[in-house]
Parts: sequence; structure tokens; C-alpha cells
Amino acid sequence: MDIFIQQIINGLVLGSIYALVALGYTMVYGILGLINFAHGEVVMLGALTAYSTITGLLGLGVPLPLAALAGLAVAALLCMAVGYTVERIAYRPLRGAPRLAPLITAIGVSIVLQNGAMMVWGRNYHAFPNLVPERQYDVFGATITLLQVLTVLLAALTMAGLMLLVLRTKLGRAMRATAENPAIAQLMGVDVNRIVSLTFVLGSALAALAGLMVSANYSIAHYYMGFILGLKAFTAAVLGGIGNLAGAMVGGILLGLIESLGAGYIGDLTGGFFGSNYQDVFAFFVLIAVLVFRPSGLVGEKVAERA
Amino acid sequence: MTKTCPARPAHPLASAVPLALLIAAALAGCGNKEEPKPAAAPAAAPAAAPTITVRIGHVGPLTGPQAHLGKDNEDGALLAIDDLNAQGVEIGGAKAKFELLSEDDQADPKQGTIVAQKLVDAKVNGIVGHLNSGTTIPASKIYFDAGIPQVSGSATNPKYTQQGFNTAFRVMTNDVQQGLVLGEYGVKALGAKKIALVDDRTAYGQGLADEVEKSIKANGGEVVAREFTNDKATDFKAILTKIKSKKPDLIVYAGMDAQAGPLMKQLRELGIKSNFLTGDGGCTPEFMKLAGEAAEGQMCSLPGVPLDKMPGGPAFVNKFKVKFNTDIQLYAPYVYDATMVLADAMKRAGSADPAKYLPEVAKTDYQGVTARIAFDAKGDLKSGPISLYKYVGGKLQFVETVGGGAGGSGGDAPVPAKGDGQK
Repeated sequence: MDIFIQQIINGLVLGSIYALVALGYTMVYGILGLINFAHGEVVMLGALTAYSTITGLLGLGVPLPLAALAGLAVAALLCMAVGYTVERIAYRPLRGAPRLAPLITAIGVSIVLQNGAMMVWGRNYHAFPNLVPERQYDVFGATITLLQVLTVLLAALTMAGLMLLVLRTKLGRAMRATAENPAIAQLMGVDVNRIVSLTFVLGSALAALAGLMVSANYSIAHYYMGFILGLKAFTAAVLGGIGNLAGAMVGGILLGLIESLGAGYIGDLTGGFFGSNYQDVFAFFVLIAVLVFRPSGLVGEKVAERA
Repeated sequence: MTKTCPARPAHPLASAVPLALLIAAALAGCGNKEEPKPAAAPAAAPAAAPTITVRIGHVGPLTGPQAHLGKDNEDGALLAIDDLNAQGVEIGGAKAKFELLSEDDQADPKQGTIVAQKLVDAKVNGIVGHLNSGTTIPASKIYFDAGIPQVSGSATNPKYTQQGFNTAFRVMTNDVQQGLVLGEYGVKALGAKKIALVDDRTAYGQGLADEVEKSIKANGGEVVAREFTNDKATDFKAILTKIKSKKPDLIVYAGMDAQAGPLMKQLRELGIKSNFLTGDGGCTPEFMKLAGEAAEGQMCSLPGVPLDKMPGGPAFVNKFKVKFNTDIQLYAPYVYDATMVLADAMKRAGSADPAKYLPEVAKTDYQGVTARIAFDAKGDLKSGPISLYKYVGGKLQFVETVGGGAGGSGGDAPVPAKGDGQK
């Protein structure tokens, strides 16, 4: 039983990080119908910026909590600037273009960001400092660290805040209107360009937070870390129903749990025929099964195709 | 022949990375080509000795998760090239100018064959690399077909030299030798009865883990779990949780440092108290940086004997540090030796023509930085000592060297095998 609970905890922590990143994909898709493949790289930039800021400040003798907050702030600001710039120069000129064009651009931006980061931070792995004291709690025989608790809590709070923003504020209403029909939203006095920019900025801030969380949890920051993470988060977004905020959260948590339980039990379930090397196969099998029966994802509603 | 100054990876952006390093290398390497060094100039002027250009191809992952190791390998090759040019090596009476053509295989077998073909088409005289077994094995067929000698400084999978290619050599012990030592050391010296194995499913990780498993069983240990990850993963908690339920005394990881470090750390976070042992892929400063305090007291193995116990070892470490302003990660000394072995064979053959000097590579008897290098019939090192290290206070502390003649006639190789504690 303790092993099962441990796997659930593992899955929840991993899943909340996936969910935070998946939100960035889903927000942009909801409004523009564009899959922003560069989003994973923004997470990576957030992690590396936070790393540089925090280690730099710690070196100057700044206390840890302050350095961590400053790291998050600087990373968020940089990511927001990057998100805004990328939208402005790489996606906006292609807004009327066929769907394939911005998709290819997104992959291009991703390569540029990745290699840019490699030039700035080098090829080496960076060991991320411990942000919170290494405290462990015992839950029915399973271990959970303070950092893991904070990660899940912070992710949940952020997602709740985002939901409030989208569902309760004027900005949120404008975002929803733009997602529904940009042309009509424009006619109703919504500044569509500003809303799109804000969506990118907001998504990038979430990415910065996710980057900090990944790096803090795995004590690692590297220029290549965004690629796989982005792919997984994108999968989570599709699983939940891309374009749907609640879907991204559900999809993220679910993917984390599936991966964790899959790696933990697939060997026992198949009598050792499949091992933990089928962890990803298992996750994608679930994705395919969901898409066969619910093509718009678990929580996604059927939306009319928009040109 | 003039367009190939030093390392030029596939992507222009990728190549620009450690800009300073490359520029430094470019100045050093290419500078020599344009204007002969003052010391050499007077000698060269009257004789007007003919010069030939020898082009050595180097392949490793210069981008992706193992880029730090690929760069380390490339630096090893660059240092060898610079040293050769500084020595003014003569091949068959002609002054040789060495050039390095560096390619990026991204640790991907597909990419490995593409760049291998590219180097063959560029008519390089010899190949140093690749870094990973998974890329070295498919690429070795291409070099064999072209008749170009290939010396890898880090590919350890036994298959590489078992294909019957007379062009394939390595200046590193293979996984059979290393797996044997890791398994035996785990069971006998560390006293582990229940052992869990994790590998990254690459040709290297899987191959090494298979050998360790055999060795554990042969020595009377029990493999209680065999789990898998991949060479891009960062989260290992799911498989570690499963391992925890089997309560192993020892966990052996077969893979690279980028995974071994976080894995070590997560192991302790889950409250697993088992010892940890890993092969050459995890025996790096990077591992200790990533694992932090969790690494304390754990162990790893590296082929050969420690650099500081080799005649030219400490000098090499200094030279590397001065030139590249960074510490050696892992295989740079082996790659340096691999390059030197090629040059040495060319000198003895009096030719840089692959067909002419290939037989000489097989006859190598060269005192390298890492070992006395001589090849057996397959192209493996005749003498294959393995050294064990312990991570102590953020440094690798030498423990002991085991074996020395695992590959056959080890008796004639004057390697200072310090196999004191080993029966």
C-alpha cells in the first residue's frame, strides 16, 4: 500500500508540473488555434534564468527566500518578454497564413531559443540550488518532501487564480470572446492583438513558474530540458482537450499519474513481459484510446473548425 | 583543403557555442596553417620539405543532453591535433599538418550514420569516435566499407569490435570487462546480496547492464529488480519507488551522468538507503554536481588506471585546463590517445593513406596518457584494467584498480596495474 501511495504522490507532483506547462499550450491554442511548440523552450529559459539569478544572488549573500523570489520574478519577466517578442515577430505576421506556416515557425523558434540558450548557458548541466529545506514527511509509509508539497500547492493555487482571471474578470471575458470569434470580438471593441499578446505573456509567466518548479524538484537545469517536457505537456493538453483550461489541468495530472503508475505496475501486471521501458508507450496508449473515443479530449467540447 | 579549420558542427548556431573555445582553437589550429611557426620556419625554408594535410574526423554529440560530454571529447581531439602540429610530425618525409573535422551526431544512431557518410565523402584519413556505442556501431560499417580506420575513445559495447571489421578499434575497455568488475565488486567487496539494476536502454546502458547482471549471478548475488529509463529522462521516482519495494542492498545504474546524478538524488529523497554503483558514464564531475550530497560515499568505475598514476597524466590535466579553461569531464584523455594512435600508425607506415597505414594501427604499441595501448585481434585493448572510485567531498577518490589482462595476453603490457586488494 505504501508503494501505491508513493506512486500516487510521484504522479501528482509530476502531473502538476505538466499541467502548468500544458496551460500555456492550451491558452494559445484556444485563442489562436496555433500550437506553440516553442512553449517548452520558454519553460527552459525560465529555469535557466532563475538558476542564474538565484545562484548569483546567493553568491552575494542574499538570503535564500529572497533570492528564490527574485529568481522567480526575473525569470517571469524574461519569459514574458520572450513570449511577447516571439508572438510579435514570429506568429503575428503569419496570422492569416495557412495553419502549417505558423506551426513550422513555432518549431523554428523552438530551435532558435534552444541554441540561443546553449550559447548563453553552455552545454553543461547546472545543479539547481535547494530552494526549501530538505524536510520529509511520512504519509502512510510513503515519503513526501516539503518541496513536493509546495509544488503541488503552488500549482493548484496558480491554476485556480488563472481560472478566476479567465472566468471572472473583464480581461478574461475578452479572452473568451476572442477565442470564440476574433472578428466579432474586434467588432465588439475588443483589442484582439492586445489580448493575444497578453495570452502569450500570461502563458510565459506560467512557464517561468513551471521551469522553476521542474528545476527545483529535479535539481537540474539544462538547455535541452524544455523539449521533452514540452512534448509531454502538449500531450497532456491534448489528452484533456486542447483549448480547454480545465482540460489542461486534468490532462496534466492524469498524464503524471499514468506515467508513474505505468512505470510502477506495468511489469507486475504483465508478468514481467513489459518492463518500465514501456512507460511512455503506456502513456501514449492511453492518449490514443482517449482520442479514439473522445476526439476532442476528456474535457474538451466539440468546437466548430475555424479557418 | 583550406576550408576545414577546426571543429565545425552541423548547425551554425550550435557551432558558435563555446565561442571563445572555438575561436581559440581556430586561432591555434588554423593559425599554424597560414604561417609556419617561427621556430619551424628556418628549418623548413631551405629544405622546402613537402607538406601533406592529414584530416581526422571526430564525431560526438555536440548538441542535446550529452553535449557536455561530446564537447569534452572534441576538446580531447583538438588538443591532440594541436600537439601533433606543434611537434611537427613527419609522415613519409613530408611535414604533416593535422586538421580536425568535427561532426555532431546528437547521440542519435540515425544521425551518426549520416555524419559518418559525410566524413567518408570528405575523404578524411582517419576517424576518432563516436562517443556513444549506439552511434559508433552503425557508423563503423560505413567506415569499414570505406576502409577508413576508426578509433573510439569511449564506445564500450562489445559488439563494436565483434563485427569483424578490421577498421574498428577502441582505446577503452569494453562492457564485458567492466561489467565483470562491477558485478564482482558489488557482490564481493560491497557485500551486496540483493541488487537492483537500472539502465537507459541505449546500446551502452543495456549492454553494460546485461554484463553486470551476468557477473552478479556468477558471483552468487541476486538481481531483485531490473528497471529501465531513457537517456533524456529527469524523473526516476516511479521506477525507484518500485525498486524500494524490493529492498535491494545495492543499486547499479548503467547510463550517463545526466541521468545518474538526478537518479542518485531522488533515490535518497525516497528514503532508499541502498548503496549506489555506476559505470564510466556516471564517473564524472557532472554527476557529483547533480547528485550533490547524495553522492557522498558512492562508487563508480572507469577503464584504465587513474590519470595521476600515469606517466604523462598530471601534465595532461594541466595542459587541458590551461587550453580550454575547464576541467576534463570524462573521455577527453581517451580521445586524445585515440587521435595519437592514428598519428602514430601513420608515422610508422610513412603514409596517411588509410589503406597503407591501417595494418600499422593493428600493430600499435603506444604509451598513451590513459594506458599502454596495444590491440588484440578484434581491435580491443589487450590489457583492460578497471579502476574503482569513490565520490568523497565532491571529488573522485581512487580506490583500487582491478584486473589488467582481461582481454588476453596482459602480461606483456607494462601497465602499472595496481591490483593490490584483488584476488
